Amino acid sequence: MTDPTLLVGLGGVAGALARHLVGERVEEATYDTLAVNVLGSFLLGVLVSVPVGSDLLLLAGTGFCGAFTTFSSFAYETVRLAEGGYGRRAVGNATVNLVGTLAAVGLGALVASAL
Amino acid sequence: MRERLRRLEPLLLIAAGGFVGAALRFAVAEALPSSALPWGTLAANVAGAFLLSILLYENRLVGNLSAETRLVVGTGFCSSFTTYSTFAVETAALAGLPGVAAGAEVPLLAVANVALNYVLGFTAIGLGQVVARVLA
Repeated sequence: MTDPTLLVGLGGVAGALARHLVGERVEEATYDTLAVNVLGSFLLGVLVSVPVGSDLLLLAGTGFCGAFTTFSSFAYETVRLAEGGYGRRAVGNATVNLVGTLAAVGLGALVASAL
Repeated sequence: MRERLRRLEPLLLIAAGGFVGAALRFAVAEALPSSALPWGTLAANVAGAFLLSILLYENRLVGNLSAETRLVVGTGFCSSFTTYSTFAVETAALAGLPGVAAGAEVPLLAVANVALNYVLGFTAIGLGQVVARVLA
């Protein structure tokens, strides 16, 4: 039994670095956040729907997926859009992140059940 | 060698912040009493959004903090402390989405969870901006 905090922390290292790599490859700030959020939600949807061990769930789920996806950058970017007079884009960003991640979780669970 | 270290430094800063952010998010969720509503994720998302807002508005308004500070605290810590995937999975479970529902579906709580994270998260960004202006 590995220390749970260590597992989550190590997953967090990988998740943060992977998010940074995606961010460097996507020009538009809100699109890179959307990409990591949808991708990470899909992966977490798979992980919570298959019988993986608790260690793997802590490392890959709580650690990696949790850190790969981000709420703070999403909230900041949404408020910045609204501040800049792009109210509709702000609402669009908030909506697309929510609908996109929920759909990704559902798709992940569907894929997991097919495995 | 020097050049290689220079390119490695941002990654080390992000990794360090990512470790602490994810581990602390886990500790917060563990420390809070279990309840139907996922308070741990909400607390991490709101607190992390507040801190990131101070950091980024400070950069826009004053710019006293170094790029290294933004990497370790912003890209590393805040972005890993807060999470969208866990929020999405917990919301989906509350809503009774097939495959992730844990048998305790309360659709109204799913709506409340989204509303709380969004309203308090955006408010935290606004408050962070106020704090950054006061500090400026």
